[in-house]
Amino acid sequence: MNDSTTSATTARAAEGGLVGRSVRRREDPRLLSGRGRFTDDIHLPGMLHAQFVRSTQAHARVLGVDLTAVRAVPGVVAAYTAEDLALGPITAELDRPPEEFARTEMPVLAGERVRFAGEPIAIVLAEDPYAAEDGVEAAVVRYEPLPPVVDAGQALTAGAGQLHPEAPGNTLVDVTLFPGEGIEEVFARADCVVRVESRTGRQNALPLETRAAVAEWDERAGQLVLHTPSQVPHQVRTVAAGSLGLDEQAVRVVVPDMGGGFGIKCVVGREEIATAAAARRIGRPVKWIEDRRDALTASFLAREQHYRLRAAFSAEGRILALDADVVCDMGAYSCYPFTAGIEPLMAAAEMPGVYRVPAYRARGRAVATNKAPSAPYRGVSRPQYVMAVERLFERAARELGIDAVELRRRNLITEFPYRGVNNITYDPGSYVESLDLCERLLREEGWYDRRAAAEAEGDWLGIGYSCFSERTGYGTAAFAQRKMAVVPGYDLAEARMDPGGAVTVTTGTLSHGQSHETTMAQIAADELRLPLGKVMLRQGDTDRVPYGWGTFASRSIAIGGSAVRLAARNLGERLRTLAARLLDVPVEETVLDEGAVRASDGRALPYPELARIAHLRADLLPKGIEPGLTATASFDHFGDGTFSNATHGVVVRLDRDSGRVEILRYLCVEDCGVAVNPKVVEGQCRGGIAQGLAGALFEEVRYDADGQPQCTGFLDYLTPTALEIPEISVHHLETPCAFTETGAKGAGEGGTIGAPAAVLNAVNDALRRTGVELDDTPIRPEAVYFAMDRNREQTES
Amino acid sequence: MTDRQLITLTVNGRDHELAVDPRRTLADVLRHDLLLTGTHIGCEHGVCGACTVLLDGQSVRSCLVFAVQAEGRGIRTVESLGEPGELSDLQESFAEHHGLQCGFCTPGFLMLAEGFLAENPAPSREEIRETVAANLCRCTGYQTITDAIESCAAARLARAAEGSTL
Ligand code: FES
Ligand code: FES
Repeated sequence: MNDSTTSATTARAAEGGLVGRSVRRREDPRLLSGRGRFTDDIHLPGMLHAQFVRSTQAHARVLGVDLTAVRAVPGVVAAYTAEDLALGPITAELDRPPEEFARTEMPVLAGERVRFAGEPIAIVLAEDPYAAEDGVEAAVVRYEPLPPVVDAGQALTAGAGQLHPEAPGNTLVDVTLFPGEGIEEVFARADCVVRVESRTGRQNALPLETRAAVAEWDERAGQLVLHTPSQVPHQVRTVAAGSLGLDEQAVRVVVPDMGGGFGIKCVVGREEIATAAAARRIGRPVKWIEDRRDALTASFLAREQHYRLRAAFSAEGRILALDADVVCDMGAYSCYPFTAGIEPLMAAAEMPGVYRVPAYRARGRAVATNKAPSAPYRGVSRPQYVMAVERLFERAARELGIDAVELRRRNLITEFPYRGVNNITYDPGSYVESLDLCERLLREEGWYDRRAAAEAEGDWLGIGYSCFSERTGYGTAAFAQRKMAVVPGYDLAEARMDPGGAVTVTTGTLSHGQSHETTMAQIAADELRLPLGKVMLRQGDTDRVPYGWGTFASRSIAIGGSAVRLAARNLGERLRTLAARLLDVPVEETVLDEGAVRASDGRALPYPELARIAHLRADLLPKGIEPGLTATASFDHFGDGTFSNATHGVVVRLDRDSGRVEILRYLCVEDCGVAVNPKVVEGQCRGGIAQGLAGALFEEVRYDADGQPQCTGFLDYLTPTALEIPEISVHHLETPCAFTETGAKGAGEGGTIGAPAAVLNAVNDALRRTGVELDDTPIRPEAVYFAMDRNREQTES
Repeated sequence: MTDRQLITLTVNGRDHELAVDPRRTLADVLRHDLLLTGTHIGCEHGVCGACTVLLDGQSVRSCLVFAVQAEGRGIRTVESLGEPGELSDLQESFAEHHGLQCGFCTPGFLMLAEGFLAENPAPSREEIRETVAANLCRCTGYQTITDAIESCAAARLARAAEGSTL
């Protein structure tokens, strides 16, 4: 069986609809010819270039900042400290009691105190970027060092340095979401209890385009215009307005083409706000482009977590209880709007995942340390908890003497809707089907035979799986459970027909590689029975788009796409109403058909004709029908969300001489409901898996004992290339979603979620005869090597 | 400050006279002085390859070349590919195979492939993979980029074979 789509999608495509078809991306011609427009491509007359003076200390009191020499550097025009700009801080809040959440502030520029090496202290403006860097070099900052706190374990120790007076014990968030009443009795009576302790390395989401901002004060509009690659333009507007003391209407955030985001661009950064403030203050446009060094050391990071899990199983292999303690190292500050709660809350709320867990206890903590702050990164905690839980299942399988795939099968949720112990209701998915198909394919391809043969030859082959679901259609209700002070979830769309009969659709979501210009247009064009070329998408401009929550949490097609479909439907209704009146037939007797409204008697009014009347010949409009043709809609999901699911299967070979993990085969069986554009979904899967593999095998942001970043460039932050990422087969199953207008669930993050668990399980499968089990990522070659070596010694002695 | 130097750069077949600081990189001159913004910058230290251009037909990282070093040599950027409104076969192949998502790395990969295929018109898939490994892409997982280059090479070979039998 080759990469393929299943019947429902293909059937829709065969009917001539656009949804379900891998239509060519409309983004491509400009991006392929170098005519895209990214933030750094924007040149404004009189523009200055900004760079930041950054802390060289991980933790210190700032005794003085002297910018005299900076201002004397040729080409430097101005330099401002926190005091000069006097901006309000960025504060992200949870609506939780003080024992669960500590409210801390992130100043736009650091004032009296710095909390990580790389923290911005002053902004330097110069005629060109080279001079701005010269200026930064000339800054003199006097520090009084404070004891640095370099990891979460240390942060939680009594007597550790304290980052925020408001967060005693360096604890930003401490929640016990599920107390697990009676759980200890279950553990006491269980046939088998297994434990896993698992750590994951700090990672950089690493969009290839770094963060950036171009800001100018537009006198005519009375607006600060901020061009910036953000996944959440409206939220940037809120923070910029608040911080600068402007009305929101006096700020316009425009997102041009964007070179990836992966989550770290869905929080509001301080440099963007400082750039905006500097432009306003100096009265000239200002551009800031983050360099790669700053992106690696001073941008938002993610993923450094520590899991302690315990699970009880019956002799027949039923999971009876799960007890979890999760500690997340969030670095120095809470990110806006999600707060430092994003990772522990996600883990604690969703950990039971695809399994029927009857008893559950979960505590999640977010801890402050002197490192660059954390933000959501593709998957948010799910790559980590899926990995830890999947390790539990592997370990239990071994102890119980049950095949690990079979053990999963016995515990997977099979009846939908299923209400979990975590108070979440899961919508239908293909949990067992995806596992069955994945295992069957690997068997048919002969990997189990090859593994057996390898064993005979002393070769180290392993097969690993991961099963997971991913909550994607977070509506307002699901996000409200987080208790953020601002609650995302819904989205808005507008569909507007111009006098020529073409349609412009807006969405509050924001594509940065996910092909929305194509997929959103597919949805709207289908609804309006128009060719794709007649539908244009606008996104990412707070003046053009009514409102929106942007693109993160795989929400775009599920939520934003549904809003687009509804807006298109409402526009269609308007067209039908108008046509019905003009043709003098009941509106029920009209349909949209091939770019026209057709009455049951066969008469038809083409859209251009209706559009002409609605705009240019309002004198012909029937009484009571308003001129113009604009329709809006919002969409929200009031349940617990929609759940995409997948099984990943991977075959690895361990290199005897180096401990290197080589991937021989990677299979992904995914179900994101209706795939609006299957090729786009496959692209998301493959790219996501590549990032999951990066975290599983290579990438880790390291700090030394003084809190100094050790990864300052691509030579010491190991990002995989084409030689490390294998070919990946993607198989689609389709359980259409009943809650969304498109039948789609989200597809952005799944690949990243599934990969680390599958690889770790495969590596442990290859190591099965050593007695060593690895539970941490990245999987270090030396750990693999020593595990193999130990076995070598044992077999030789 | 350093003294500016007057140089002539030949970019995509056109001569440009410029006064530049000796420390100014070719990438910055292309992007900011000549406004050829298709060449992207992802690291400025020679690893990501987003800034790849052709210098006398060879792919180089324009962030590692000073503009003054490029004087007298033929520079080609992504803007030289295809015709206005019409993509080249290589660009078409990237679109066909979904070889890009956000598109930020794409000009670098296109120029890398363009230089590579000129030198090695009949590469194996493994050779293509090795070449693709010179640059970073954070979105695609590389497979579709490899597919795009492979299929473009195959189509060029097929066309050449047809041509030779005519
Ligand atoms: S920008 Fe030149 S190699 Fe990265
Ligand atoms: S397509 Fe985004 S980095 Fe390659």
